[in-house]
Amino acid sequence: MASAAPASSLSLTQTPPDTDWPERLWLTFVALGLLALAAAGLTTAPEAGYTVFWVGLALLSLGTVGWSRYKYGQRPAGVHQNYLWWRGSTSRGAVAWLTGVLLTGFYVVLYWWPEYLTHLIRPLEGLSQTLRRKPADQWFLYGTFYSLAVLLMGARAGYKYRHSPYHLVRTASVVFFQLGFAWLLPGLLLALQKPEFYFSYFWPLKYDYLFPGTVEYLVRDGQALGVFMVFWGAVLSLVATPVLTYFFGKRWYCSWVCGCGGLAETAGDPYRHLSDKSRAAWRLEVRLIYPILGLIVLVTVLLWLAASGRVPALQPAAEGLGRFYGFAIGSVFSGVIGVGFYPILGNRVWCRFGCPMAAYLGLLQKHFSRFRISTNGGQCISCGNCSNVCEMGIDVKQYAQRGEPIIRASCVGCGMCSTACPRGVLNLENGPREGRYQASPLIHADSLRILG
Amino acid sequence: MHLVIIGNGITGLTCAQTVRHLRPEARITLVSDESAHHYARTALMYVYMGHLRLQDIKPYEDWYWPENCLELVQATASSLDTARREVHLGTGAVLTYDKLLLATGSVGRVVDWPGQELRGVQGLYGLPDLASMERDTRHIRQAVVVGGGLIGIELAEMLRSRGIAVTLLVRDAHYWGSVLPPEEARLVNRQLELHQVDVRYATELREILGDAEGRVRGVVTGTGEEIACEWVGLATGVRPNATLAAAAGIETDRGILVDELLQTSAPEVYAAGDCAQHRQPGVGEVPIEQLWYTGRMQGETVAHTLSGQPTAYRRGVWFNSAKFFDLEYQTYGRVPAAPEPGLESFYWESFVGAQAVRIAFDAAPPYAVRGFNSMGVRLRHDTCAAWLSAQTPVREVVEQLGAANFDPEFFPQYEEQFVAAFRERFPDVGVGPLRRRKGLLSRLLAR
Repeated sequence: MASAAPASSLSLTQTPPDTDWPERLWLTFVALGLLALAAAGLTTAPEAGYTVFWVGLALLSLGTVGWSRYKYGQRPAGVHQNYLWWRGSTSRGAVAWLTGVLLTGFYVVLYWWPEYLTHLIRPLEGLSQTLRRKPADQWFLYGTFYSLAVLLMGARAGYKYRHSPYHLVRTASVVFFQLGFAWLLPGLLLALQKPEFYFSYFWPLKYDYLFPGTVEYLVRDGQALGVFMVFWGAVLSLVATPVLTYFFGKRWYCSWVCGCGGLAETAGDPYRHLSDKSRAAWRLEVRLIYPILGLIVLVTVLLWLAASGRVPALQPAAEGLGRFYGFAIGSVFSGVIGVGFYPILGNRVWCRFGCPMAAYLGLLQKHFSRFRISTNGGQCISCGNCSNVCEMGIDVKQYAQRGEPIIRASCVGCGMCSTACPRGVLNLENGPREGRYQASPLIHADSLRILG
Repeated sequence: MHLVIIGNGITGLTCAQTVRHLRPEARITLVSDESAHHYARTALMYVYMGHLRLQDIKPYEDWYWPENCLELVQATASSLDTARREVHLGTGAVLTYDKLLLATGSVGRVVDWPGQELRGVQGLYGLPDLASMERDTRHIRQAVVVGGGLIGIELAEMLRSRGIAVTLLVRDAHYWGSVLPPEEARLVNRQLELHQVDVRYATELREILGDAEGRVRGVVTGTGEEIACEWVGLATGVRPNATLAAAAGIETDRGILVDELLQTSAPEVYAAGDCAQHRQPGVGEVPIEQLWYTGRMQGETVAHTLSGQPTAYRRGVWFNSAKFFDLEYQTYGRVPAAPEPGLESFYWESFVGAQAVRIAFDAAPPYAVRGFNSMGVRLRHDTCAAWLSAQTPVREVVEQLGAANFDPEFFPQYEEQFVAAFRERFPDVGVGPLRRRKGLLSRLLAR
């Protein structure tokens, strides 16, 4: 009998079949769109650049939607992950690295050298004035691109997962919250000369919403509406979050409302399988995410203590710590690494390793929630499709093959494990809390350790 | 105690894990020639299609084995000496055991077809098969798959994922004729059409044709039709791998003969999983079970006996599942493929034909439920198994059908339609309106 040798050489030799011409055509539109945007950004003739910019955006949009429709909308509906691990673009090949470098570079320029984005910001001047009655800046450019990415790749998700009402509803939800709550509404508030405010982001993800400086500014500049904003932020963080998480799990936020989650579920969907499922990665996760939650709680408490005036000596230390958090976690981790590394590390690196909101929601989900992913009796065949598609790096099959429900702090409830399972074994449920950890009586757990 | 297990498939693995749990001090050695670590045979197709990598179908990370003190030996077990309690390995090494489990699995069953030794003709059972399939199907355009069962349709799906044209030869008049009633098979046929598989029912393989280089060039069917192809997949079932046991003088028939404790005729030698043949199978059970699930259950059962807690193998309520391209299938209990006296069955299919549920039940009062088939619908295993073992009257099952709904949220609920159709078809069974819908609210209200 042959040993493992011929089998292990399998992974080295597989190449996806050639892309057919209609798919090439659509991808050419995407590439031309990106090239046009690059040309518009680097142009020395700003007036001509405007046209190139809009043509580029149109080509990019048309190409993305057309490609999605061709690739996913025409074949029979279902889970078709063919060549996922062979295509360079989705398996850390050259295309993936190039995408990663471009994304990372965009974030670095956006955060620290926005002057190089002038030619991309200018064409948006008209839109910005119409919506916000304010000149366009790099953040308007970023918000617009971000929302467009969620919208276009949301259309892709709509075609790809059209057999699953759960994914259709959930994708519509993240698109709605991104476009409505994170793009239109903040713009309208500015137009009405109110403070720019994102009703779909809360402390501790939007950490400064409960900082004394922001509270003071909102109350002063926003008057009655500002008071409402402070009230909204505090209630959502401290009351609505525990209540909603109790009933629905962390997913009500992470994969239904949150903008980071929205981008991950749409633009990041092609990269979800790249998350590291190893125990080593889980150990790193708990060592990063909970200290980060602790740090932002500490920074917030210190800032309020300093603002109260009782310990004046705290002020510089608290502000320094706040600035450090904003740079290291708020900018570098959530943006540069979180999104820039999508094609290399997967689409939920920030959500899994860094986001303090996810840590907070996760603790609630694990200990004070009705949510669980149920395993259907003894039907698991250990095939590993569930673990493969888990963007949070949960080795789902470890639970499924023991007949146990999956109750993990990190699970964002995207539902993809349930969709990918070829035996219908997994189901997201908000059941009663009693017996929540009860394994199926139809299979006996081996009870050997898998984490720890 | 030194337990040696030959075979690291699901049976051997489950036995090792269970013994480790029950007898923490036991020394356990797993011997396999196929792979260094346990892998999920069920997932081979996903590696071929590029959904998963080889390392993704190992259900446990490599640290799992040393941490749980499970010794792994990758070598061929070439012979047994049951008198001296020794396993002789192909490497020349000898393992001495106190107890031995044979979990040697299956080998492909073939009907001595002319030409079956040609290059490009194979089955799909293990890693070497996957490697040869990968090698021999690269850049080909036309393949023939023989066998209208689970592996046959899997092979068709694998080949179609690479754009290879597939002709599927099915011996019966419809797909999986020994298991599926015609209505369910029709839904599978629709999948075959959607995915452009050229399926030939009531067609057998007569001969495989080769070219001058010894490569397959076509097949001849039972009607004499010649179909040109560059690869042939044989998926006509498996038979127990009992070679090692038979050579050691252990009693075998088609498989390794075992009693209800899964003991073979040799002292301290047990057999479980695909390779075992039960001398006295339970009522309504078959002597040889070749499924992932039964392998797991037998491995777990024999582990109790090996750990000093003699436990008879009782399969319990039958269940199985599969996916035919995009169509999921689950079954619980007994649903015969053809009508049987004394048994009624009610089949419901949604208007669009994407969902179907069949319930089999006694034809006489109290109309005890006997089995479920579902296509494109997920049923809750625990609930169905509880109904079946309690022989619940079908009236109650149908009225409570929502309790068994395991579909994801927002999926269309079919229970109302099902109940209405059932009442119309069987007015005498006394089924009332649907009392239990899917979901938590319904569960709370039902209390």
